[in-house]
Amino acid sequence: MDSGMRTPLARVRGLGSAREGARDWWQMRLLSLALVPLALWWVVEIVAHAGAGYAGFVDWVRAPVPAILLLLTLAATFRHIALGLREVIEDYVHHELVKLAALAAVRLGCAAAALAGAFAVLRIALEG
Amino acid sequence: MPHPSRPLSPHLQVYRPQLTSVLSISHRISGVALSLGALVFVWQLLAAAAGPLAFDGFQHMIGSWLGLALLVAWSAAFYFHLANGIRHLAWDAGYGFDLPTTYRSGVAVLIATVTLTAVTWIAVLIVWRH
Repeated sequence: MDSGMRTPLARVRGLGSAREGARDWWQMRLLSLALVPLALWWVVEIVAHAGAGYAGFVDWVRAPVPAILLLLTLAATFRHIALGLREVIEDYVHHELVKLAALAAVRLGCAAAALAGAFAVLRIALEG
Repeated sequence: MPHPSRPLSPHLQVYRPQLTSVLSISHRISGVALSLGALVFVWQLLAAAAGPLAFDGFQHMIGSWLGLALLVAWSAAFYFHLANGIRHLAWDAGYGFDLPTTYRSGVAVLIATVTLTAVTWIAVLIVWRH
């Protein structure tokens, strides 16, 4: 480990709470609060469109309000997942390299999934 | 350093499971399970964006026995995580921290999970038949 050149402050900077420590905690609570109506709305709509087939589903996604709510739901869901899985990994995975790889995979995977979902919604909504 | 021979608390092997601790770990387990379920949500959207054939393929997979079993499990996990998440938000706001209330809200979470899951699947059956 490096110990010579870096000041004690430089070594701990970014590793823990220093005024910004509560930011992720707050974000998780806000996302949870937002997801209560968003996720419930999504489940109700999915149930309402059970067996509606391709045309029924696409017609629903295409309408402006569902399209915007779907984008919000995707963003909130995958940010919520990223923060939640990070907490689980940090608590239970103790091998440093495995932990780093898992954290990176979760972060990149959530970003990719949210983006893919948003792309699909926009493609359906903006097409024809 | 001498090896401690006395049991350290909380030692999971000798720790009697309680409603509080079981719901706590279940919140995390259901969250991890729902993370996988969220990918199905994206899959459905991508399939719809790709066209009728891809969407039919998705519906075929999700309508299989394995697909339906996963959906039932995910819906139960969803309602549990939702109800218990609201319980957590109430705690974060400073409410319901005393022991009797904690146990009562825990039982309420379980009742809500079973009720909402049942209502959802009854609704699915009704919508499906029409």
